[in-house]
Amino acid sequence: MARIIVVTSGKGGVGKTTTSAAIAMGLAKKGHKTAVIDFDVGLRNLDLIMGCERRVIYDFINVINGEASLNQALIRDKNCNQLYILPASQTRDKDALSQEGVGKVLEELAKDFQYIICDSPAGIEKGAQLAMYYADDAFVVTNPEVSSVRDSDRMLGILSSKSRRAETNQEPIKEYLLLTRYSPERVKLKEMLSVDDVQEILSLHLLGVIPESKSVLNASNSGLPVILDEKSDAGQAYMDVVARYLGEECPHRFIDEKKGLLGKLFGGR
Amino acid sequence: MSTDPRQLQGAPALEIKTSTFSVPTLLLASNNLEAIGQQLLQTVEKAPDFFTHSPVVLDVQALNNRRLPIDLKKLCRLVRDVGMFPIGIRGGNEEQNALALKLAIPNYSTHHPVAAEPAKTKAAPPQAAPAPSPAVKLLTLPVRSGQRIYAEGDLIVLAPVSAGAEVIAEGNIHIYSTLRGRALAGVPNNTDARIFCSDLQAELISIAGNYQVSSNFSAPKGKPVQIYLQEQSLIIKDI
Repeated sequence: MARIIVVTSGKGGVGKTTTSAAIAMGLAKKGHKTAVIDFDVGLRNLDLIMGCERRVIYDFINVINGEASLNQALIRDKNCNQLYILPASQTRDKDALSQEGVGKVLEELAKDFQYIICDSPAGIEKGAQLAMYYADDAFVVTNPEVSSVRDSDRMLGILSSKSRRAETNQEPIKEYLLLTRYSPERVKLKEMLSVDDVQEILSLHLLGVIPESKSVLNASNSGLPVILDEKSDAGQAYMDVVARYLGEECPHRFIDEKKGLLGKLFGGR
Repeated sequence: MSTDPRQLQGAPALEIKTSTFSVPTLLLASNNLEAIGQQLLQTVEKAPDFFTHSPVVLDVQALNNRRLPIDLKKLCRLVRDVGMFPIGIRGGNEEQNALALKLAIPNYSTHHPVAAEPAKTKAAPPQAAPAPSPAVKLLTLPVRSGQRIYAEGDLIVLAPVSAGAEVIAEGNIHIYSTLRGRALAGVPNNTDARIFCSDLQAELISIAGNYQVSSNFSAPKGKPVQIYLQEQSLIIKDI
């Protein structure tokens, strides 16, 4: 049975699409057949991050409206044949999504795929609610700053009350925290909340910390999910996240400041 | 029988007090009476000492959420047939609650009231002692920003109450974790209500409508405190 994962945050610009692309690629690279769906109708981005923008013919809305079959709309990734992308429509808006339509598409995908990643739009309105409605797991992407933390907290409240699992009294959605754009140096200068601060406020299982990294922007610009950049810290952090999600033991990295040469020599902080 | 009226005044013949009992609740997930009967019998056979002659509350909320009708009369007969006594219904709709009252089964309110649930039934006659306080509401998961929790009696929260969340109770509020949101106890006018929490970082606290915002009170971080009302002002005290 397929596992449906929603990548959500409430706040915009925290790294949902980057995370969706990276996680989807990571799961696919581990041999699991994975689909990633862009729910941000009208502000399509995932295709750019995945580097398939020139291959989009049909989209999610076409499938919901029965104008195209799922197989026609799914785009197979160039780098990994286990990964498929279902792009959003750029010319429509969130009202084109319907609960039944989304449910049908997910049901059909579930027959064929092991993991389905739903890249949620920002906000708590219809698009975001439909992205999380059918989810089994939720990756809550949060930046270490107060407004992002509060928005994530709000989203967690919605996850626990307005999902299919909540409405049918099933086991609740499993929620995981993903802290992105983390900079230990700025935490030390008290410009950023620390991992512990965020965890204390959200009391959530920490799946991983992704460091602030130039490689993320480079990856977006070149249309390759950052997880493929195996030398970068962000790429490695995402690999750890996928491994932890799949149940492997993996110590947390990138939480402490990198020590410079002098720091290493003297062992101090 | 003749009794001396003076003697009556001296020692009251009765006293009404609130007691808490732990009573098994039958959470119904199906309206198939045959299946219910069978499963019930199996359960009772496993622990006859425990279940025989035991009171039981019928919880039909899950059924109503899925709009599954159930024959209450037959259900009661089933329960009585295995030797248990239905003493209440919970999560019933208007029709079920009315029928339950006819069968002499009191109605209980639920945590999540079912739509169209009538106001609490007034079973007690007007002159009776104060009605027993409604059940305590217990929350084990964090109360997230934007959520609003209302308890008709006391409220106990075993997880943090986030900034931007609101917990409201007609009785006392106990929070065995950090309170960052708003807590309003003793609504609308129970001045004896108190708020207890293990770490007070609230945005607002209020008892019976007397409120204070965080900029007007300071509490040591990480220390358990209680908040009560004294001559219309809120007192915050270490426990």
